[in-house]
Amino acid sequence: MSQARKKVLEVRDIHKSFGFVKANRGISFDVYEGEILGVIGPNGCGKTTLFNCILGQLKADSGTVSLNGQDVTGQKPAQLAKAGLGRTFQLLQVFDSMTVEENLLTAAQAHVGSIFSRLFMQPDLGKMDDVNRVIEAFRLGHLAKEDAGSLSYGQQKLLDIAMGLMSNPQIVFLDEPAGGVNLSMLADVKSRLLELNEAGMTFAVIEHNMEFIFEVADRIVVIAEGEVLMVGTADEVRNDPKVIEAYLGH
Amino acid sequence: MSQSENLQQEIQGTSLSDYGDSAAWQYLKWGSLVALIIFLIVIPHYVGAYYQFVLSLWAVTAISAQGLNLMMGYAGKVSLAQGAFMGIGAYVSTLLVQNWGVNFWLAMIIAIIVSIIIGAAIGFPALRVEGHYLAFVTLGFNELVVLFLRNEDQWTGGPLGVLNIERPSIFGYSLFEPTRFYYFTLVMLAISSLLVWYMIRSPWGRAFKALKDNPNRAESLGLDTTSYTLMAFAIGSGLAGFSGTLIAPLVEFVEPNQFQLLKSLEYLLMVMVGGRGFLAGPLIGAFFAEVLPEWLRFADEYYLIFFAIFVMLLIRFFPEGVAGFGKQIRRTFFRQTSPQVQGEQNA
Repeated sequence: MSQARKKVLEVRDIHKSFGFVKANRGISFDVYEGEILGVIGPNGCGKTTLFNCILGQLKADSGTVSLNGQDVTGQKPAQLAKAGLGRTFQLLQVFDSMTVEENLLTAAQAHVGSIFSRLFMQPDLGKMDDVNRVIEAFRLGHLAKEDAGSLSYGQQKLLDIAMGLMSNPQIVFLDEPAGGVNLSMLADVKSRLLELNEAGMTFAVIEHNMEFIFEVADRIVVIAEGEVLMVGTADEVRNDPKVIEAYLGH
Repeated sequence: MSQSENLQQEIQGTSLSDYGDSAAWQYLKWGSLVALIIFLIVIPHYVGAYYQFVLSLWAVTAISAQGLNLMMGYAGKVSLAQGAFMGIGAYVSTLLVQNWGVNFWLAMIIAIIVSIIIGAAIGFPALRVEGHYLAFVTLGFNELVVLFLRNEDQWTGGPLGVLNIERPSIFGYSLFEPTRFYYFTLVMLAISSLLVWYMIRSPWGRAFKALKDNPNRAESLGLDTTSYTLMAFAIGSGLAGFSGTLIAPLVEFVEPNQFQLLKSLEYLLMVMVGGRGFLAGPLIGAFFAEVLPEWLRFADEYYLIFFAIFVMLLIRFFPEGVAGFGKQIRRTFFRQTSPQVQGEQNA
């Protein structure tokens, strides 16, 4: 099914080593428009390293990344964000001293005008409607004027994801969105994710919570020891002997 | 109707703009500002020339502290070279006026531009090093500038500096008289404050704060962290240079010791005590550094002990400085929080 869709991102043969440790050994996969691609694998298999190589936080030893057919390999994180790659990190990354509103405006501002023209624009850059829309979508209205640092972990997680969406990216990379989130907040994260995907947004999601990823992902890439073990639907992955062995070790 | 339904209805019936600072806080904030402005305007009529000088010194010092606050308090980049930039501003403007007969206002603009350019250059190490390491880089630069001022006496007058610096005139209206010069420095402080206020509430201000809170995240959101870091250093240094162009005609001489490392450390103290990352912080910090010692003169040589104890107590109990204490008061007594947040906080 997804083969007929437009390919948004092509990742080809990514290699990354840290000294003698080979974190990624020739990883390749595609992301299609409008899908949620899950990326799973045991701890230390190289998932976050892969995201960091794709998104410019780390420099891959070799391999290419193309966004809509354009080679974006080796570009800096800020350039990739402007090109349309949004992300969240494994550990929470919100701006503690700013309010929820300010966090979202900051997330949007790099995509409006130039660095110098921004100095002479109105403080909200005409983005307040977008901010309010996202705040409403993530049910953060009652916290809009609160400092992000004073929010609960789950609320910060929602804000973190919301920030990744402010620039209307072509793909959003989420690194463990369900990590450390309580059950009711987890349901919130899941429903927000599915609503946004329903509205046409594309996601690549690293996750350890199997139940979560099996419910939201259209396709899943399984990584083990720095290599792609298989790509398939939730059912295919769940019943694959190689995946079971990789996770359970037998 | 259950309690949670009541809460839900209350939340839904309230717009986003209903939360935040209460009206009482707004009145208190703007009322205090108006009272401060009126006080600063009328005070010269009640004090002598010496206190007018001290207040002028406060205004000039506050401008430089505003520069450091922009770098350190908002963008999170520590600098121990604020004294050096003040020296660059003071010497460049003075030498242009005295040796080349350049008009004071033009000399002021040139001195600020020179400070901005050198400040941006000093910002480059900040792209690679942080915290203590950055402090050492800037400390080294401060020493370098003072050595230059002291040793290159064919240009700078050496250890003796430059004497008999004249105060400028505006459209033929001399600013020599202390009251006039005080009002002049007050206007300059107002211009500097408005500039910083505008910048902080602009998207640049948010970018600076993002740089301080989490540079990795800022970059992943597309913010050009390199440009913003250099910009913070350039503007912060420019304000120090601006302050330097005013200190020279205020004290009517310049010499290298005025701008040595101790001065930069004093600026650091001002920003910490006043409240880093607060607009009012540098004004309060400069008050403690320049005006309070005058009030503690009765203590003679013990004044430094009183001052040190005061600073230690302040940092112990109000680590965010005096302005940070004001923020605590605001949050405790003047903040409207949504019912849901109150419920979560109580829980």
